[in-house]
Amino acid sequence: MLLPEIITKIENQFSDSTLDTTKFAGEDVIHIKGSSILDILKLFKNNGFNFLADMTAIDNLTLGGFERFSVVYHLLSHETKERVTVKAYVPEDEPELPSAESLWKTADWQEREIYDLFGISFKGHPNLIRIMNPDDYKGHPLRKDYPRLGRKERDDFPVIERGINKDSSKEW
Amino acid sequence: MVKTAHKKMETERMVLNFGPQHPSTHGTLRIAMELEGETIMKGTPEIGYLHSGFEKLGEYLDYNQYITITDRMNYLSPLCNNVAYALAAEKLIGLEVSKRTEYIRVLMCELSRIADHILNVGMLAVDLGAMTAFLYGFKLREDIYDLFELATGTRLTTSYTLVGGLMRDIPEDYDKVVLKVLDEVGAVAKDIETLLNKNRIWQIRTKNIGIITKDDAISYGISGPMARASGIDWDIRVNEPYSRYDEFDFDVAIALNGDVFDRYLVRMEEIRQSVKICRQALDKMPEGDVMVDPDLGYSLPPKDEVYNSIEGLIYHFEITMRNRGMTPPVGEAYVPTESPNGELGFYIVSDGGRAPYRVRTRPPSLMNYSIFPKLIEGHMLSDAPAILGSINIIAGELDR
Repeated sequence: MLLPEIITKIENQFSDSTLDTTKFAGEDVIHIKGSSILDILKLFKNNGFNFLADMTAIDNLTLGGFERFSVVYHLLSHETKERVTVKAYVPEDEPELPSAESLWKTADWQEREIYDLFGISFKGHPNLIRIMNPDDYKGHPLRKDYPRLGRKERDDFPVIERGINKDSSKEW
Repeated sequence: MVKTAHKKMETERMVLNFGPQHPSTHGTLRIAMELEGETIMKGTPEIGYLHSGFEKLGEYLDYNQYITITDRMNYLSPLCNNVAYALAAEKLIGLEVSKRTEYIRVLMCELSRIADHILNVGMLAVDLGAMTAFLYGFKLREDIYDLFELATGTRLTTSYTLVGGLMRDIPEDYDKVVLKVLDEVGAVAKDIETLLNKNRIWQIRTKNIGIITKDDAISYGISGPMARASGIDWDIRVNEPYSRYDEFDFDVAIALNGDVFDRYLVRMEEIRQSVKICRQALDKMPEGDVMVDPDLGYSLPPKDEVYNSIEGLIYHFEITMRNRGMTPPVGEAYVPTESPNGELGFYIVSDGGRAPYRVRTRPPSLMNYSIFPKLIEGHMLSDAPAILGSINIIAGELDR
């Protein structure tokens, strides 16, 4: 099935969860509510979009959007050579989505990355732990309210003064 | 003679830390392996040692500044990253670059692909004990890096592209030096293949090791030579052509078994095809500018004008100063390109400001590496470097 047909099908079948469909620079973007993302992805997968090319998230704090976060799925159909972007919106107070790991194994690490950097958790993920940052890290660096220079989480490093005469080193 | 009844030896599982510092990881990776004897029962990779926050940094640097960051992602083929990022930014803005620009980009990308593949094959060989093939490959890589130095001024941190074109044109008589190196490539590839293809040790170490099935490859999001070695007929250069790849005549290398040996064969064939593309690009190289029309307000002026004329200097500041410069429209663009490792995509979201609102790299290494724990399960410990080498992980790109 070609992409325009699938999009009309989604608009009819999931009319309450489809927020908008847009087109920019030749790319189709479907904006949907986060709760029904798994059904939409399943529909795409059954209609030829067999490859989850990329998965990421955007913090819409100053950009504006339907909710604070959107998780972006870039799907590819090897058969018809089409690509589509699906954006699932997630509210700030309850950042949770169903996991797509059951559909594509590649979602495993990518959801871990989104969890690590954006703090969006995925229900049904087998191993949702941080992937880039250390396990005891606090905060989610790619959120817009996280400062570029960090929050100085690690300023409690013990200062090792062995072998240096503190007073004499001040002269330098 | 007394026969002794041997009981099966019972062993405890041993946990072995493979990396972060290990000669065959080629970067900082760590894999915690559970071994039974010498058989790997389970592997848990841990990544993030080189996480440098490139994506966060991208939200603070303007469109041309971020190109220098893309160099540091896949440091074996930085030109491919430059081109991919420039393409994404150009798609977002809606710029159409000149034909000459696109041909030079294709030439540079294919040279990078040769350098990347030849190094990968060499590294795989040296991990398995075949030093000679590595040395042949490394010499060729040096020659290709000399070509980069001629065109861009640096060997590694090339930063050759700009949004809307190239930093500078290729030097005069560049085609002669390139052709000289291209002639060498064929000879080196032949040398390596003569050394390895029918080598019995090489075959035993690589055949039927780390097999990826077609379904697994799609499910794990694997792309590039790894996917093609598993029988997936998908090359973005052919299937979704960008940068006028549709004007070039070349074949896509595909293998069917999906093991380490097939991945090696696909890479060797891709080197040959890249040589073909390079020759065509040099042959058909069109004349023209390598930057879009300055009136559009997206191009940096040539350095000559900046240093030698007041107009050029004013114009330069108009582009680079903090409260001026290019402001792409509000929107988003995702551009997939075929990098040596697979699908390298840049996803840029713009809110109309000078810096991207969000810039995401789709790193082929991350997706390709995610299948690794499944591949090593049940193999011997000594097969792990072979599988790791055939995946060709670049840690800078993996962790970003």
